[in-house]
Amino acid sequence: MMELDQDSWWMVGMSFLVALPCALLGVFLILRRMSLVGDAISHSALPGIVVAFAFVGDLSSPWLLVGAALAGLLVTFLIEQIHRHTRIKQDSAIGIAFTSLFALGLILIRVIIGDKVHLHQDMVLEGNLQHVAYAETVGVMGLDVPDSLIPAAVVAAGTVILMIIFYRVLTLSSFDSGLAASFGYKPAVVHYGMMAVISVVVVSAFEAVGAILVIALLILPGATAYLCTHRLKLLLVLSVLHALVSSVMGMYFSVWLNGKESAGVVVAGTGLFVLAWMFGPADGVVIKAVQRRNRKLDEV
Amino acid sequence: MIALETHDLTVTYHKRPVLYGVDVEVEAGSLVGIIGPNGAGKSTLIKSIMGVVPHSGGWVKVFGKPLADNLHRVGYVPQRESVDWDFPVTVMDVALMGTYGKLGLFGRVGKRERMIASEALDKVGMLPYSKRQIGNLSGGQQQRVFLARALAQDSDLYFMDEPFAGVDAATESAIIELLKEMRECGKTVLVVHHDLQTAREYFDHLLLLNMRLVAYGKTDEMYTTELLQKTYGGRLTILDEVAERAAKTPEAKHEI
Repeated sequence: MMELDQDSWWMVGMSFLVALPCALLGVFLILRRMSLVGDAISHSALPGIVVAFAFVGDLSSPWLLVGAALAGLLVTFLIEQIHRHTRIKQDSAIGIAFTSLFALGLILIRVIIGDKVHLHQDMVLEGNLQHVAYAETVGVMGLDVPDSLIPAAVVAAGTVILMIIFYRVLTLSSFDSGLAASFGYKPAVVHYGMMAVISVVVVSAFEAVGAILVIALLILPGATAYLCTHRLKLLLVLSVLHALVSSVMGMYFSVWLNGKESAGVVVAGTGLFVLAWMFGPADGVVIKAVQRRNRKLDEV
Repeated sequence: MIALETHDLTVTYHKRPVLYGVDVEVEAGSLVGIIGPNGAGKSTLIKSIMGVVPHSGGWVKVFGKPLADNLHRVGYVPQRESVDWDFPVTVMDVALMGTYGKLGLFGRVGKRERMIASEALDKVGMLPYSKRQIGNLSGGQQQRVFLARALAQDSDLYFMDEPFAGVDAATESAIIELLKEMRECGKTVLVVHHDLQTAREYFDHLLLLNMRLVAYGKTDEMYTTELLQKTYGGRLTILDEVAERAAKTPEAKHEI
């Protein structure tokens, strides 16, 4: 049996801390049929980060989160405006809005940051979990914890708390926005509130997994769980389990193949998805075949 | 007592008016059918009254107060097709949603809410299905669950958007029994309805709509050729004539 060293376990921890809030929010993105909006937010965070960096000049400043969150809100607002006021449909509007902001971000990196700071474009795209290994440590309950885990833990805990408080509002407005609106839950407030939280979560995941792989963390857990159960609460629990298992398996993968950790986590997550696709107890290929056969036998 | 009062209610979509100047007063305890052709703005009317669609002019009063002050007294049953029935919730979960309005933003679902939801499901004969995922229900059963949710809201004034669309005959008569029972309990119910034939026996009042209010009153008084023609823009007679001609000349079919 292959052993993981301590640094690798910290990377597992980091990976889980960013995957956890993504998994929970992703469930609602999927249910609201807005998975691509997650894609849009993750890419358009870039100009927000760069502009915020221009003001504070520090890559670890929490203001970068604020800048990215604002950019995330801006892209959702742009998407809404385009598809509401023109004949362009939502999928095209998403394609226009986020690529424009992402391109703008790429230009701004050069103009504002130049070569002064280590903000490589490939890092922006695929991230790097190894930062955890080089990070300074802080003492938490007698453990030397890499300091980059702390903000990730705060974002994860914050998301879980918000989810618990607004679970009912989110569920009802996702299922039946008409009834939700008639109860006085403002659909626009729920929508933009959720987008703001996703923006923050996506950005906090940026350093670890980058703009593209974070989409997998948003969609894979919920999609996998969706094939395993028809109950929302269980679905949320399973998606968190997916985040945990793919973080651990992904690290083993990357050590075994000497590959990139963040990619390993996503590949592991995809493996779990394929398993659910085949053997998922709710909608898997096998269970459906069995049900079909039973139905045929019943008819005979 | 007046349950619902609208004055000059006007709704525009993309700067095009879809509903204008609706003035109506509905007595408490009425069972009202909202009747009109496709595109007459029937759904829009109840959505704008509920504030789900913003109105560009006019006002709405519910039991003498602005809607916002009496939101908890109003129940809404959207069209069945307006929601995703693959959504991972059970029949019980949906019935419980009816209690959310009174719970406010931070209240927790407890024993009391479960009792209310169970009673409501029992009333529509769906209690035995309470643990089932909503996707595994027939159209009629789905509509009953929606009604149970409305009952769980325990409102005084209800708006229902096509509750009879796509349901089996048994469910249709069960629903109408339930609506009449609600009226006996003093509730006011407004129902968007498609079928002119059954409207006469189902409702005590009719609201005839075709982008404007054509007329509102007791069902018998509304059932005049003149008013119905006004509502359907003469299309009823045209259809009758076409049907008559087709019936008289069976060969006509081949010419088409």
